[in-house]
Amino acid sequence: MSSNTDTLVSNSAAPASAGAAPSRPRFLSGVRWGDYLGVAPFLIFAALFLIVPTLYLVVGAFVAKDGSFTLQNIVDLGTPQIVSSFWISIRISAASAVLGSVFGLLIALAIIRGKLPPAIRSTVMTFSGVASNFAGIPLAFAFLSTLGRLGLVTVILKTVFGFDMYRAGFNILSFWGLTLTYCYFQIPLMILIIAPAIDGLKKEWNEAAATLGASPWQFWRYIGMPILWPNLLGTISLLFANAFGAIATAYALTGSSLNIVPIVLYAQIRGDVLNNPGLGAALALGMIVITAVTNVIYLVIRTRAERWLK
Amino acid sequence: MKHAKLWSWIIFGLGAAYFLVPLLATVQFSLSIRRDTLSLDAYTNVLQAPAFQNTFGYSLIVGVATIIVGLLIVVPAAYFVRLRAPQLRPIIEFVTLLPLIIPPIILVFGYIRMYNSSSPLPLTNSVVGTNILLTLAYVALALPYMYRAVDTGLRTIDVQTLTEAANILGANTFTILMRVIFPNIIVAVLSGAFLTLAIVIGEFTIASLLNRPAFGVYMQNVGANRAYEPAALAVISFVITWGAMGMIQLLARFAPRTAARTD
Repeated sequence: MSSNTDTLVSNSAAPASAGAAPSRPRFLSGVRWGDYLGVAPFLIFAALFLIVPTLYLVVGAFVAKDGSFTLQNIVDLGTPQIVSSFWISIRISAASAVLGSVFGLLIALAIIRGKLPPAIRSTVMTFSGVASNFAGIPLAFAFLSTLGRLGLVTVILKTVFGFDMYRAGFNILSFWGLTLTYCYFQIPLMILIIAPAIDGLKKEWNEAAATLGASPWQFWRYIGMPILWPNLLGTISLLFANAFGAIATAYALTGSSLNIVPIVLYAQIRGDVLNNPGLGAALALGMIVITAVTNVIYLVIRTRAERWLK
Repeated sequence: MKHAKLWSWIIFGLGAAYFLVPLLATVQFSLSIRRDTLSLDAYTNVLQAPAFQNTFGYSLIVGVATIIVGLLIVVPAAYFVRLRAPQLRPIIEFVTLLPLIIPPIILVFGYIRMYNSSSPLPLTNSVVGTNILLTLAYVALALPYMYRAVDTGLRTIDVQTLTEAANILGANTFTILMRVIFPNIIVAVLSGAFLTLAIVIGEFTIASLLNRPAFGVYMQNVGANRAYEPAALAVISFVITWGAMGMIQLLARFAPRTAARTD
């Protein structure tokens, strides 16, 4: 493996060789083809199992049953059933994202800047790591045991306080039921993401503001929030995407009684319930566009927000 | 400032209630399979069911396979990017973000379309092929966590010096990766591995759509047909997640502390 040593030596002289080889694209300069062998499995895997399958669906959305190009599948997304499934999905994702970030922010502020015992902070952070990964089927079971018809909270409210949630209109298999359930992984995710940003609010800023006569309210209104704001917005869009793509919890909780987009897509993959493979691909395209846009918003905002938090 | 502290306690208390009540309710529900008395019957029913043992074993094997395949792909890539081709870093990092952007249901839908019986690579045709496809799908899901874990591990060691030293002693690249780099980042790698395991064990969407007998699919099945056993399963899987995260915390104590703890 003498080529190894070669590359190693030439690597230390990379700036010089980069200037000497202007014909190559810049991001390739200084890279020997041998080095690609190490990265190749990764890139091939990414192409075959991440990028191409997704593009395959994107292209499929524009293909008619006979194989010709069409926009009909996209137009067909306008049918009432599909529009209403997108609408309920967007509402649940938005509600759980907003509630998740507001309560996540409040809890993070309380444990980091609220003068609580330090042990509470580390406990909450560890628990958040667990709870943000406690999604899917088991989470649905947990909430059925809590707020289902025979759930602990439902039963206690009924027997002790004489309040029947279900008669009052609540149902775990509904918009609010699902939103409340999603918050169980949204809030911890928010805490995990926003905690470093809150840590970045320097103590000196507090002291400077206080010296100039600012009240705590004024500090948060004019200094704290403007700095956290981009982070907050970015995280909301991340949480939105997180909820929008989730299916397992909703499926185990509601079966198919609440037709959010992933559940419609799931049924379509299972048995072509829309009776049109192209429409299934168009549905997938809709999901890709929404999650991609919200994630890009998150990444752009996060890059901008990091300026203040060095 | 007194107010601030009071509010902190109130918010913390509300949060604690929201997060602990469902756990308590689940435990309580899982114990109340018999009328008027607490019993562990729901747990014995679940743990003794052959379907539980089979699907749990299956998911465990797929999880381990995922970790091995994932490491074979990620470790060389992260190593070469760090040592020889930092120009590729933006591309690689973008790719590792993709699984967070593309929902799993989209991925598996793409796979089913792309690797079906009429494609050049008909993976869904055979059981073995579908198992491979499931494993690769999980590798894709785990990519962000795996890559970050390995890259963090590489940051804490002096890759350049280790590689040069091994080179001088006559080691080839394969030997360097297997016997020098890998043992040095094993702690970081293990924390990525436990996270992967926690994700894979309960995964439902992909396994269900590929018709594989995975633990997540079994849990969904029990949920649709039983009353008390699902709660027991939820408790069991919470303990598993907690165990995996606990292992990560524990491992963090053994990690080398030569580099900054941030990112």
